[in-house]
Amino acid sequence: MALLEVNKLEVQFPLGRKTLQAIHGISFALEEGERLGIVGESGAGKSVAAFSILNLLSKPGRISAGEVVFEGQVISEFSRAQMRHIRGNRISMIFQDPMMTLNPVLTIGTQMSECLKTHRNISNSEAREISISKLRDVMIPSPENRMDSYPHELSGGMRQRVVIAIALLSDPSIIIADEPTTALDVTIQAEIMALMLELCKNNNVGLVLITHDLAVVSQVTERIIVMYAGRIVEEGLTHDVITNPKHPYTRGLIKALPQENLPGTRLNQIRGSMPALDAIPAGCSFNPRCDFADGECHKDVPALVGSETHRAACVHIDRIPAFQNAGDAK
Amino acid sequence: MILVSKTPLVEIENIEMRFGGGGGFLSSAQPVVKALNGVSININKGDAFCLVGESGCGKSTLARTVIGLNPPSAGQIKYNGQRIDGLKTKERQPFTKKMQMIFQNPYASLNPRMTVYQTLEEPLRIHHPNMNRTEIRAKVEDVMLSVGNDPTWGERYPHEFSGGQRQRISIARALMLDPEFIVADEPISALDVSIQAQVLNVMMDAQKDRDLTYLFITHDLSVVEHFGSRVAVMYLGTVCELADTNDLFATPRHPYTQALLSAIPKIDGSGVGHVKMTGEVPTAMDLPSGCVFHPRCPYANDRCRKEVPVLQDNGDTKTACFAVEEGRM
Repeated sequence: MALLEVNKLEVQFPLGRKTLQAIHGISFALEEGERLGIVGESGAGKSVAAFSILNLLSKPGRISAGEVVFEGQVISEFSRAQMRHIRGNRISMIFQDPMMTLNPVLTIGTQMSECLKTHRNISNSEAREISISKLRDVMIPSPENRMDSYPHELSGGMRQRVVIAIALLSDPSIIIADEPTTALDVTIQAEIMALMLELCKNNNVGLVLITHDLAVVSQVTERIIVMYAGRIVEEGLTHDVITNPKHPYTRGLIKALPQENLPGTRLNQIRGSMPALDAIPAGCSFNPRCDFADGECHKDVPALVGSETHRAACVHIDRIPAFQNAGDAK
Repeated sequence: MILVSKTPLVEIENIEMRFGGGGGFLSSAQPVVKALNGVSININKGDAFCLVGESGCGKSTLARTVIGLNPPSAGQIKYNGQRIDGLKTKERQPFTKKMQMIFQNPYASLNPRMTVYQTLEEPLRIHHPNMNRTEIRAKVEDVMLSVGNDPTWGERYPHEFSGGQRQRISIARALMLDPEFIVADEPISALDVSIQAQVLNVMMDAQKDRDLTYLFITHDLSVVEHFGSRVAVMYLGTVCELADTNDLFATPRHPYTQALLSAIPKIDGSGVGHVKMTGEVPTAMDLPSGCVFHPRCPYANDRCRKEVPVLQDNGDTKTACFAVEEGRM
């Protein structure tokens, strides 16, 4: 039994007369210590999927079907009080912008002890000791002094390190990171990603990494899920999906990257854009943008086909020519 | 390949830009932010000149200074040999026609209360008052088609479009006056991957069809490698390396350029790159002495801490680094 299981999850946002469905029945599992990437463009539903794991959907969003199972318990049916024992304790979350996550009027030390004392019955000095050791784990220089700093006194990269330290405070079994490095510069991004990878490996913490950046995901995760318009269109071992993508959408995404094209040439673009939630086409939702689409693609929503280690939701998966990667092209 | 001639279209000489300062009598003295510290760059006709660097390095400030949105604190900017910094609005008009700008966020740069048609015809009404309605309409439709927009969008408002469509509308606006030179400040950073490719293609097509010169600001090095003909790498308000794109990516010389290139995430599964640099960018309010990069540089010595390096020819590239000069690397 996997550590975390998401089964046929559906998320709806009832808005007056119409109801928007953001997630159309997705299922995935995370084993202990596994690193999973969820990739997609804005509007694909990747953040909503992550938020629904912790039941953090903002109103009026709600899980309309399916379940989230963590350590054998159906946490999607937990009460608020029960959920508080899971959030920030067994499953932590890291958000995109560290300035929004940290409280600007409390010192780093206060915020860290607060989190610890909510979940454990410990003294102030013990909480301080644990906090300092966690700050040391995320390579913050002179952590004793940093405990008394306010978030505005730290740089963007340092703030994100503090957020990671807070996420690690109660030794969670899963960390969900929603675009954790998107707001940071490339050099800082590389450092933070390397740090997260190392911490997850050393502490056997599972990671759900949500990002739009295929390159970042290919470096850090073992398995990836590609989402499009609220559905999983491809999933599998990271190496297999990146080097041999099967779904036309995943292929399009990889081929559109400048590094996959000869300098100075036109980039391979996917025409059109992601549909709005109230205008998702019938059948395969990618069909208006797909070069391989025909009548069959307009009929039913394709199911994921392939092996456990790599499968895609496309009816023409056997008809599509073999993928050529950048090496072949260059 | 686009032919790049060697006559500079835009010459940027020793530009300095400071913000803040003042105060002191009744209010407390304000700190001075030294955003640009003596930047000199020539942009040749036909170039796709890229400025790269981390946030706070002054790349957007330089772009805004070149286009005339911020008058520089010191230094000169020449367009086709004529000085254009410090001109009055009226005197500037012939140049504004030739120099246009595309901004980062298409949600903020289009007026939400103007239809697409109104947005696009406005520059023509100002700069070509003699054009009649049919001519204007023909021109707007022509430009809309050239950037891949449907000309029937004219009566709609910006909120009705997606990010990529809006950015193509801003590109159309910049092209309305048939400019020679376009400054684009992170034009694709706010867009999704598949849309980034669409917008970059539109910009490359426009360059071919209209013989444009670009000053392209970005933090994304893989875009530079694909799009740029020349690159200036900036760090804390100074240019630390200036080179042709091919040379820069083949042999990065400056330690900062090497660190930046090592940090690009690659999709080939080579794992998280080892960044040859530690720490973060210091603030521009309190610049380090000597070479501004020395606190993060693995090759820094006493000379780097005291003297300020200047850009020097170094084979095909120009670098501002004592370690490169002295062959210490």
